[in-house]
Amino acid sequence: MSEDIEIETRNLSLWYGDKQALKNIDMKIPEEKVTAIIGPSGCGKSTLIRCFNRMNDIIEICRVKGNILIDGKDIYDKTMDVVELRKNVGMVFQKPNPFPKSIYENIAYATRIHGIKNKKKLNEIVEKCLKQAFLWDEVKDRLDGSARSLSGGQQQRLCIARALAIEPKIILMDEPCSALDPIATAKIEELIRYLSEKYTVVIVTHNMQQAARVSDYTAYMYIGEVIEFGKTKQIFENPSEENTENYITGRFG
Amino acid sequence: MKFDLFTLKKYDYKKIRNLKDNAIRKILFGFGATAVIFIIIILVFLLIEGLPFFLEGDGIDFFTGDVWDPSSPNTPRYGILPMVLGTFLVTLGAIVIAVPIGIGCSIYLAEIAHPKIRETLKPIIEILAGIPSVVYGFFALIILSTWIDDFFNSTTKLNALTGSIMLAIMMLPIIISLSEDAIRSVPQEMKEASLALGLSKWDTIRGVVVPAALSGITAAIILGVARAIGETMTVLMATGNAPVISFDMLSSMRTMTATIAIEMGEVPFGSTHYHSLFAVGIVLFAITFIVNFIADRVMKRFREKY
Amino acid sequence: MKWKTIKEHIIYSLLRLSGLFIVCTLAILLFYILSGGIGKISWEFLTNFPTNGMMSGGIFPMILGTLSLMTLTMLIALPLGIFSAIYLVEYAKPGRFTNAIRLAVHNLAGVPSIVYGLVGLGLFVVFLGLGLSLVSAALTLAIMVLPIIIASSQEALRAVPQNIREGALALGSTKWETTCHHVLPYALPGMLTGSILALSRAAGETAPIIMTGAAFYMTHLPSSIFDEFMALPYSIYTLATQSSNAEATRPTVFGAILVLLLIVLCMNLVAIIVRNYYRRKYRW
Repeated sequence: MSEDIEIETRNLSLWYGDKQALKNIDMKIPEEKVTAIIGPSGCGKSTLIRCFNRMNDIIEICRVKGNILIDGKDIYDKTMDVVELRKNVGMVFQKPNPFPKSIYENIAYATRIHGIKNKKKLNEIVEKCLKQAFLWDEVKDRLDGSARSLSGGQQQRLCIARALAIEPKIILMDEPCSALDPIATAKIEELIRYLSEKYTVVIVTHNMQQAARVSDYTAYMYIGEVIEFGKTKQIFENPSEENTENYITGRFG
Repeated sequence: MKFDLFTLKKYDYKKIRNLKDNAIRKILFGFGATAVIFIIIILVFLLIEGLPFFLEGDGIDFFTGDVWDPSSPNTPRYGILPMVLGTFLVTLGAIVIAVPIGIGCSIYLAEIAHPKIRETLKPIIEILAGIPSVVYGFFALIILSTWIDDFFNSTTKLNALTGSIMLAIMMLPIIISLSEDAIRSVPQEMKEASLALGLSKWDTIRGVVVPAALSGITAAIILGVARAIGETMTVLMATGNAPVISFDMLSSMRTMTATIAIEMGEVPFGSTHYHSLFAVGIVLFAITFIVNFIADRVMKRFREKY
Repeated sequence: MKWKTIKEHIIYSLLRLSGLFIVCTLAILLFYILSGGIGKISWEFLTNFPTNGMMSGGIFPMILGTLSLMTLTMLIALPLGIFSAIYLVEYAKPGRFTNAIRLAVHNLAGVPSIVYGLVGLGLFVVFLGLGLSLVSAALTLAIMVLPIIIASSQEALRAVPQNIREGALALGSTKWETTCHHVLPYALPGMLTGSILALSRAAGETAPIIMTGAAFYMTHLPSSIFDEFMALPYSIYTLATQSSNAEATRPTVFGAILVLLLIVLCMNLVAIIVRNYYRRKYRW
């Protein structure tokens, strides 16, 4: 691959208790591109993406072996500051999960904690992020309103705006559209394409059309293993593995 | 003929079953109504026994008078203010002590403690909740009061502070267990969202988890307060029971509950003094009713949120 | 950044400390009660009458009084509470009356125990003419624990999955048959757990029985449920506060407290064991 590598996993394995969820994963995710991870339910897609910002740390029975390098630094190294890591690796979740605060606070909260206290600066950031998330026009008149009064699609875009506010390099998306209707989904997909100009986006999805539409690269996973990884076009049009082809043509999954 | 008999029997069987079912429904309805009946009875009897006081005695002096001296042979005075103040100050002291410890402990249990530590701490809290109030009262009377005496050099060993500390310990199990429930019911996704933004665990607790659980925690505190206001034996044994107006936490005070408990045993049935104690009971009932009502409202708001 | 880490360490330590505070409180409490009372516990102490102004002898009548008071309370409160809960969960239709019941249960739970004492005195002792007696006290305590029993029974009933009821009804069972055969058996352990806990609270209550029948001293055991009685919590209170020779009666008080705590904690333990056993047995 010609592009620079943003995330690299080396022989990554993960266990929940005795159950192995990821098996020897070697992957190189390129910079400023959209990489989709697809595969049948329970194949470890979400588990893998949650390794990239060490979200799995909060599950106590979870054990990880192998390395993940982001910008060449091993994030599972003992000296790694997890908080710092997560600042650089934003995440959007399956279900929209805005904080039960105002729209403004949802974005400003983390920014403020990360040290920006200037009111004017905060306003700018909020506006910029909402614009980036295509949400500004819909909410600019009610920034003090509750984030929970927004529709599902708006909430999810707010969550994306919230992730952008801390200026990450990578944005992880864990089935961001699974709880949304087709119109809201289309908006998010447009947003993802737009974001890939500046950010490295890794998206987990169970919707193959979505993967085909938004991603530059696609990884196909099956029972904890990455079966195939390559350019999206190639994976969808000419998969080299039979398993991948079966999944993509809808023979199972 | 045989066929007829068969259907007839079947018909009767069905009928009996339905009759039985309906009868049981009615009986159960009667049981269901008991709670309503009891609450009405409580209200009615408080009023029947309390209202005569307002008819015979001095109702205005009751609410505004600052002297409680019902056994004075010439001019018995029934001013409830010293006891309302006593209840208020002792409860306030308990709140000041119990709220920080209670919230701290519930955060610790819900978010920080290792599961094994939590499994050990929870039964300990349950045991604390189960200890009878008379035991707490005895502890305050015999041991805590001497510590207070040594430490503060107070004039009386039994004072408001002793009562407050003891009440705080009795409030803690309620506050902790209910607050912990509230904190734990904050959706996991919310915490993950905050952590994923690169906030530290403490920032997440402080900025997301606790604010989200705040109404639940508030309700827990108010319920603890309701318990403290209604608590009798502990304050009776710990606070020294002098019905005087004082704002000094190291002086002896008397609460409304203690007044009823002390004097009810000595008054002749039907006397003004007897009725005055029911009047105190009405005030106490009204206060706890309002406090519980507020707690209920706050709790409802919390539940609607999640 | 560094300062922030230090600050968080301090906060975490404070939070841990508040947890430690709870442990220490219980430890101190138990230490004093055990060290004061353990020497007093003997077969004679448990089975003899008090003698010599309660400075010596045993506490048998108090133990018996407390146990019989609890039994009587349970006999009154348990059916009332359980059937009320069945009505509320299985039968009641949403409406004004059901709402009134909910509200009543809720408010009963918040009434201070001393107010129950007042009402017990007015209603049972004076109005119904039951006098200062075991039955007056038991009735008073029964009303007091009723809301706890109703609440925990409701919870136990609600925990039974709805599809079990639907399954039984679909087979043509009547409402009562469904409740009786398919809901109650699973809910009963939970109901019992809550009821035992409620009763253990009643065992330690002092304020309501002061006014409804507990006696400071009696030379005989209560002859019937219409007789006055001695009870552990009340004796602890009177001996601790009103004894003419406080120092001399103190060991008796410590002993009585230890016995009362053992009774209360044993009931709690039984409730927890029942709960854990059935929690493992029925997993929905």
